Amino acid sequence: MTATDAAVRRRDDSAVLRISEDDGERLEAESNASDTSMIMNMGPQHPSTHGVLRLMLEMEGETVMRSKPVIGYLHTGMEKTAETLTYLQGPTNVTRMDYASPLFSELAFSMATEALLGLEVPPRAVWIRMLMCELNRISSHLLFQATNGMDIGAVSMMIYGWREREEALRLLETITGLRMNHNFIRPGGVAADLPDGWRDEVLTLIDALPARLNEFDTLLTGQPIYRERLQGVGVINTAECLALGVTGPILRSTGYAWDLRRDMPYLAYDQMDFDVVVGTYGDCFDRYAIRLNEIRESIRILAQILDQMPTGDYRVQDKKVTPPPRARIDESMEALIHHFKIFTEGFKVPAGEVYAAVESPRGELGCYMVSDGSAVPYRMHIRGPSFVNLQTLPHMMQGGMVADAVAIISSVDPIMGEVDR
Amino acid sequence: MNDSVLHVPRDQLTETVAGLRDEGYVSVLDVTAVDYLEHPGRTDLPPEVSPERFELVVTLISHAAPGRVRLRVQVPADDPTVATLFDLYPGTEALEREVADMFGIVFEGHPDPSRILMPPDWEGHPLRKDFSVGQIPVQFKATQ
Repeated sequence: MTATDAAVRRRDDSAVLRISEDDGERLEAESNASDTSMIMNMGPQHPSTHGVLRLMLEMEGETVMRSKPVIGYLHTGMEKTAETLTYLQGPTNVTRMDYASPLFSELAFSMATEALLGLEVPPRAVWIRMLMCELNRISSHLLFQATNGMDIGAVSMMIYGWREREEALRLLETITGLRMNHNFIRPGGVAADLPDGWRDEVLTLIDALPARLNEFDTLLTGQPIYRERLQGVGVINTAECLALGVTGPILRSTGYAWDLRRDMPYLAYDQMDFDVVVGTYGDCFDRYAIRLNEIRESIRILAQILDQMPTGDYRVQDKKVTPPPRARIDESMEALIHHFKIFTEGFKVPAGEVYAAVESPRGELGCYMVSDGSAVPYRMHIRGPSFVNLQTLPHMMQGGMVADAVAIISSVDPIMGEVDR
Repeated sequence: MNDSVLHVPRDQLTETVAGLRDEGYVSVLDVTAVDYLEHPGRTDLPPEVSPERFELVVTLISHAAPGRVRLRVQVPADDPTVATLFDLYPGTEALEREVADMFGIVFEGHPDPSRILMPPDWEGHPLRKDFSVGQIPVQFKATQ
């Protein structure tokens, strides 16, 4: 046992540093030469740590003992804001939470609203939602590949990951009109039908991507330096993940197959043929490999969606919930009234409470909604997977080197907009 | 979305959650709260439950028989305290800190009762209904 190991054992079992920022500064100022540990702030390394995630690390030499993620720097009171926005305006708000995969927040919000309304969404709307979500999952996981490569020092990976992500975002822009923060999935369906030529564009993307992913494999998966940096680093096991409420790729990296798309299907995922990718060791490398292979599974799902996309309405024809087609407004007085009422007053939602959840690229994204019968939610809460997943950081980092901390933060793939809301 | 809902008295929350854990509810997904101060009329409570200002909402998930259960706990405004679930599910640490920060509900036995999203010296609990959304002076240490 080295001296550092002994020091690890001497400390209390907890990996979480539970002191305030002021206490940390005070302790640091008071420390003397005989005190071998010091408190350090980590970053900026991962894009999330550029001013919005602060990590206090208690260091013993280069070994991380205890740590604490300090969050709240991006808190903008979005749940409070949601209590002033109508159900139609709500997706504009929640889409800004997880800005790397905004469509999932919109979907959870819309599903919760529809559950309160008792509304059945037309099949085409369901399939468009599924198409959008899988495209978004691809772009989100490509973003992870880019930032993860950058954090580990494979800087060219950042360029490649960003390039492919831009391709996916361009497709999202073609369909929704915006690269990010789409506000496309709304209560009652989606904002617009798919544009002409969407099928070719999706085909072009999913034809091009597999070869690019194979390049990622060549560049990273088999590369000895990359494997050395990730394998056996930040190990966490299934029991720890479940106790901490962790979901998504981190839970699956421990070899535990849990994916809401397969195990508690929503939309039309029960008709899709895809595999739930799991890891073995629960380390950073497994989390990297899972996300890479989930892109391949999403491509499989997209191919099936292309084959089976139904025709019909892209939103419910309930005039109290969705606006009438633009052309109807010129010829129908009732259509004009409905249009005006929906955009000025919104629509009333029966009183009740509901929790709707979807599998976002980061785990279970839930929306808890309470309605009092008016046109704005009485309470809207988003269960952000990043917020809960961030709690694994101290457990993964404990006893590791400070250089590994960089890899670990990256492998959790936190999106701070969703953490702080 | 067909979650089962249980109304749990405040003093039985820990036992109920411990019982659910033994039944195979492997994770606490979410801990949140609702301030019912301005709600016009609550009709979804069973007759034996007397409504209070705050309601703590705990969502658990079972993987073996896929399903969620939602526990709704009435918390009175004059004594907003609940026992922490940290000892059963350590993942509730951040979630309970958020509820404490936003609603001022105190979790007894919580290892770190500090604010999580708002600055440590912030006054008030933003998600309470009597906390206005209007303009409020920005509270920063450096400007005082």
